[in-house]
Amino acid sequence: MSQAIGAPALVHARPERSAVLGRVAVWTLIATGLVIIFVPLVLTVYLSVFNEQLITFPPRGYTLSWYPAIAPNFGSAIVISLELAVGAVAGSLLLGLPAGIALSRYRFPAKGIVSTLLLAPLTVPGIALGLAIYLFLVLIEIATGWPLTGSLIGLILSHLVITMPWVVRLSVAGLANHDRAAEEAAASLGAGPLRVIWRVTLPAMRPAIIAAALFAFITSFGNLELALFLVAPGVTTLPVAILEYLEYHIDPLVAAVAVAQMVLIGGLLLILDRFVRLGQVVR
Amino acid sequence: MTVAREASSLQLRGLSKRFGAHVAVHDVDLNVAAGEMIVLLGPSGCGKTTTLRMIAGFLAASSGDILLDGVSILGLPPHRRDIGVVFQSYALFPHLTVAQNVRFGLEMRRMRRDAADARVAEMLRMVKLDGFAERLPRNLSGGQQQRVAIARALAIHPRLLLLDEPMSNLDAALRQDMAREIRILQREGGITAIVVTHDQSEAMAMADRLVVMRDGVMEQVGRQEDLYERPATPFVASFIGQSNLLRGRLADAFVTDGGAQIRLAARYRASGNACLAIRPESIRIAEPGSANARAGATVRLCTYLGAVLEHVVRLDGGEELIVRGAGLGPDAARRHDSGAKVALTWSADAERVFDDSDRPAEVAAAEPVMTGEADRSWAR
Repeated sequence: MSQAIGAPALVHARPERSAVLGRVAVWTLIATGLVIIFVPLVLTVYLSVFNEQLITFPPRGYTLSWYPAIAPNFGSAIVISLELAVGAVAGSLLLGLPAGIALSRYRFPAKGIVSTLLLAPLTVPGIALGLAIYLFLVLIEIATGWPLTGSLIGLILSHLVITMPWVVRLSVAGLANHDRAAEEAAASLGAGPLRVIWRVTLPAMRPAIIAAALFAFITSFGNLELALFLVAPGVTTLPVAILEYLEYHIDPLVAAVAVAQMVLIGGLLLILDRFVRLGQVVR
Repeated sequence: MTVAREASSLQLRGLSKRFGAHVAVHDVDLNVAAGEMIVLLGPSGCGKTTTLRMIAGFLAASSGDILLDGVSILGLPPHRRDIGVVFQSYALFPHLTVAQNVRFGLEMRRMRRDAADARVAEMLRMVKLDGFAERLPRNLSGGQQQRVAIARALAIHPRLLLLDEPMSNLDAALRQDMAREIRILQREGGITAIVVTHDQSEAMAMADRLVVMRDGVMEQVGRQEDLYERPATPFVASFIGQSNLLRGRLADAFVTDGGAQIRLAARYRASGNACLAIRPESIRIAEPGSANARAGATVRLCTYLGAVLEHVVRLDGGEELIVRGAGLGPDAARRHDSGAKVALTWSADAERVFDDSDRPAEVAAAEPVMTGEADRSWAR
């Protein structure tokens, strides 16, 4: 008490000093964050132009010759990864959107369990999931004779497990703020349940659907753990191909592939941004 | 105007809705004539919106029946009922233009393109939105969105139009205009309509008849003057217009729970617990000890509100009453300062007494009713 009375000037000065400190702290955090995010990216681009067989620092010179080497070494893996990602996106939208709509719109028994099950795969370590799926597919193969392991179909099915949670999650979120009355209005105007979904619910979910497709694509395209068990000669995804390559070589080609992958996904984001404002989608 | 095909009549028979143990709507019976506008009025949670949603088909009734033109529609899903609904939030389709919104119901009915075009244009003209056909809902004001919602609901020639709190999202200034416009559209189109609202002035402005609901039960059905002049329960008396409600015991005189003695203007065939309802504008303030004094009171507050002069007075039993008199003109009420001792007077026809079960008490004999002249002499 007596201190407060004795030092009015200090009381005035304190908020200003703490405000300055706070601002410094915030900017330091922002700068640290940016460094953590961008340094690896910049470094990867930098490494990809080293004219070295082994990555050594500082390099003796620079070259762009690693880039033309991507296609012969990783071309087929990139194609497989793209096919896989597109298949996983299509499949998870087909299954995940109806699930998301059902979860947010209807009441049914065991809704909580269904919701948890659909989101659970995100909580299981990828490698454990990969092993489990591999064993499961082998069992199916033995029982039916369908060649699932080492096939694109097998890969797509396994990736659905990790892409679906994103789709379900985002479609539930996308409907959270949607006015249910719009659906009732459509019904009162003569639209049956399916037409209500097609004409009103899905259009309202457009940003969520695009975000879901995006997340599913990136999740699938970058996945290593599941694919590790399911690839076969000729059916190898890009992350697995990179890993295999790294076992024998540590040269800038890997950095060049990484840059190519960044450009691919970055380009995809730019294209999408033309159709929807991504800032609004991933709120 | 070609709004309605043939206005339909609506009957609700013993309509109830239970959510678990909670009874949201209890045994509602109502006949709505073709071309009639009914307002369901009550505080939130009284069951009015639940009733509306059952009629629209969004909620299944627990028991009872809903008949359109004498035929039950309980078995029909919402999209087969031909009932137009205007929602509180308007519920326009955000990705469709105004014209596409209005056209939606016509497309569902597979109306021919040129006929639909003509119908959409007609509807937009009707709600005065001719130039707005290609706009998106988010680029419209609240009042304009409201009109689109009405045009969309009426475009399908509905057998019945339901409006759920239609004004609640509009500015106060716009509400009166919109209420009038809806009323004109409904009358000229001969549309059977049911409006849900909690706003009694809105209800009074729009209704042919009003239904006052409370706790899922219909308290009273009637025209504006029925409800205002002959409220069936203390709740209706206080909900329609305003009433001072005094609980107490009725014997020779009426003694409030607080202990204030009130000389009622009439005698009633009831005794025991009772409730006295009297409107603020029916009470006059007189000098203490005047012959017609019904109760003694002390002025707590006097507020001049322009057309109205309002006093808050406290009875000897501690109950507070509101008294309203004319603020200006030849009948202007006199102002009384805070703390002034006054007498309150009113005439027998202004007095409503309800018995123990909240039913109106029957009048046995009226005391001589004061004349208007005598009234005014007190005010001066």
